Amino acid sequence: MGRITLEGITKEFGAVKVLHGIDLDVAEGELVVFVGPSGCGKSTLLRLISGLDKPTSGTITIDGTDVTRVNAADRGLAMVFQSYALYPHMSVWQNMAFGLQNEHLPKAEIAERIEEAGRMLEIANLMDRRPGQLSGGQRQRVAIGRSIVREPTAFLLDEPLSNLDAELRVSMRAELAALHARLGKTMIYVTHDQIEAMTLASRIVVLRAGKIEQVDTPLNLFNKPNNRFVAGFIGAPTMNLLPGKVASAANGNATIHFVGDAHVTIPVTRSFNQGDEVTVGLRPQHMRLTDASDETAVHSTVDLIEALGTETVVHAHTPSGETLLAVLPGQAALSRGEPIALGYDTSDLHAFDSSEAAVAARA
Amino acid sequence: MSQAVRFLTRRRGGDGWHWTDVFTWFWLIAGLIVMFGPAVWLGLSSFKTPAQLSEFPPTLLPYITQQVEVEGYDEPLDLYNTTLEDGSTKLLAQVRRIGTTAQMVDPENPGEIIRVNIRNRTPAREIGFATENYLEPFERLDFMRYLWNSVFVTVMATIITLLTNSMAAFALSKYQFKGRALVMLLILATLMVPLSVILVPLYSVISAFGLINSLWGVILPTVATPTGVFLLRQYMLTIPDELLDAARMDKASEWQIYWRIVLPLTAPALAVLAIFSVVWRWNDFLWPLIVLSRQELYTLQVGLFSFSGELNVQWHYILAMTVVTMIPVVIVFVFLQKFITTGIAGAGLK
Repeated sequence: MGRITLEGITKEFGAVKVLHGIDLDVAEGELVVFVGPSGCGKSTLLRLISGLDKPTSGTITIDGTDVTRVNAADRGLAMVFQSYALYPHMSVWQNMAFGLQNEHLPKAEIAERIEEAGRMLEIANLMDRRPGQLSGGQRQRVAIGRSIVREPTAFLLDEPLSNLDAELRVSMRAELAALHARLGKTMIYVTHDQIEAMTLASRIVVLRAGKIEQVDTPLNLFNKPNNRFVAGFIGAPTMNLLPGKVASAANGNATIHFVGDAHVTIPVTRSFNQGDEVTVGLRPQHMRLTDASDETAVHSTVDLIEALGTETVVHAHTPSGETLLAVLPGQAALSRGEPIALGYDTSDLHAFDSSEAAVAARA
Repeated sequence: MSQAVRFLTRRRGGDGWHWTDVFTWFWLIAGLIVMFGPAVWLGLSSFKTPAQLSEFPPTLLPYITQQVEVEGYDEPLDLYNTTLEDGSTKLLAQVRRIGTTAQMVDPENPGEIIRVNIRNRTPAREIGFATENYLEPFERLDFMRYLWNSVFVTVMATIITLLTNSMAAFALSKYQFKGRALVMLLILATLMVPLSVILVPLYSVISAFGLINSLWGVILPTVATPTGVFLLRQYMLTIPDELLDAARMDKASEWQIYWRIVLPLTAPALAVLAIFSVVWRWNDFLWPLIVLSRQELYTLQVGLFSFSGELNVQWHYILAMTVVTMIPVVIVFVFLQKFITTGIAGAGLK
């Protein structure tokens, strides 16, 4: 129970098309995270799944039943909202009981379910309070509790942690992960925070401008981004993306020249002509200091050094003016204005063609 | 207590008087007289007898003429301070008055009639309250009936106003539909049409429904108020839509969303509208006067009007019953003024 399938979902608000044909299959018990920049349509997609909005075209299937035109209340889903959306005039207990009363469950069962959820979320002692008397973290728990007592086939969470302070967000994130493991229910989670996405997700759906860019496990997204957008979006600090040109290509290999004199030969997945423009991607964490003689190295000048103790973040610029970020392990002895050569393993190098698709062949 | 006194007598000039202190005191006292003076005047005058009301110069406090039982006379007689021919003053009772001469009698010596020029006597009066101004309308004139009619009209009209206006406001604030802005505009546009303009057509409608001489004929035309819809709609716009979505996910029907989520959260605005509605309906005069022609259906305001006849205005009853009609409104304001200020501030209208 809890398999959700989307086929060709589009959504238009008047003349504005926000979703352009979404196909997605969420397996039972999976925690799928929708991630993407603001306005990419991730919250809209969640509302379509919830049934609060109806798609312009396409079908939504839950456990093999077409629910595209079924009302939100009858889809057996529960939702946690960004603002929690607790009913301000009801006590915590009433907030949790409201949905169950609407389902006309027997009183004893309502009390039992709420008690259990209260124990699970450690909010049992708050039952008589109003939402206004609760802290942000407590409200969050109540909002989750309200969805748990419904015993839904799947949970939908719309940026549930975005209103919490940083510290609380980390602990609630861990609790959510534990909750998912315990309940084993399908969860669809919307966030714009990639750390949340990376830590919680079984699979991440990266959205941009109403289209799915890539669906994969967190590590696969990090290691094998399909395209330049995903590469730039996943990972912090963001990947260095540097313009380059194909110098020569033969036998599935291409030699790329970038930032002046750096050149590197990598296996590629498509054929290139000499002079084709490519973008080279290098994660800051994969950079290291190397000899000036290394011909693959990127030569640059240090602008700023952030010594964090365990690692050193180096901001630099190349002779051609691109800014570059490198995260070096340990405490590097560098000073501002110093010329450095940054090396990397060729296998860590990403390359994208002019249509932004990844072209570096990976193991 | 001493703190309160210190606070109230605090001056900007310290021990002296800054000109702003003088100005503030003057302004506040003048304001008090202007705002509160008429109410005090009304209250005091409502206890005056008809004779005293027409007296000139008027007195601030209500007085009644002292009376005395005199042997040999059936009715109690009015007492006068009389200046006798020998220059002494004596308290005498007046038997009757003929022209400029009054026939007086000494209560201690009732056998002898003393003739006195009316200029030589002044009524012996003491402060007293003509409570019959209040009692007689209730005892003789069925004012209780008017009171009940007014209460019925006010309560029913207010309940229906709150219900219908909040439903309209809910639809206009929380549902997206074509022509929503137009509907809102139409409702607001009716603010510009005064009652006197629609009086005749409204009368024909009510008459066609057979509601003439029925309290429902007074209630029903007044319940849909543009002010109420606007006030409630503005308030409901501030209720986040996510709450409604949450309720929809919680299997609540649209009626339940309205009744159990939106309505309780609109309580402050509802309180404001309830106060307005009570005051409006309670003070309504023209429309009830037109619809109600049977005396037993009169509301208080119409009942008050019935004291002014073509030839004779019974001011003492009008004044006393005006005080009675004011009391509920004053009570409503005293107890709910907190809601009025917060509600008006919140709704952003006057």
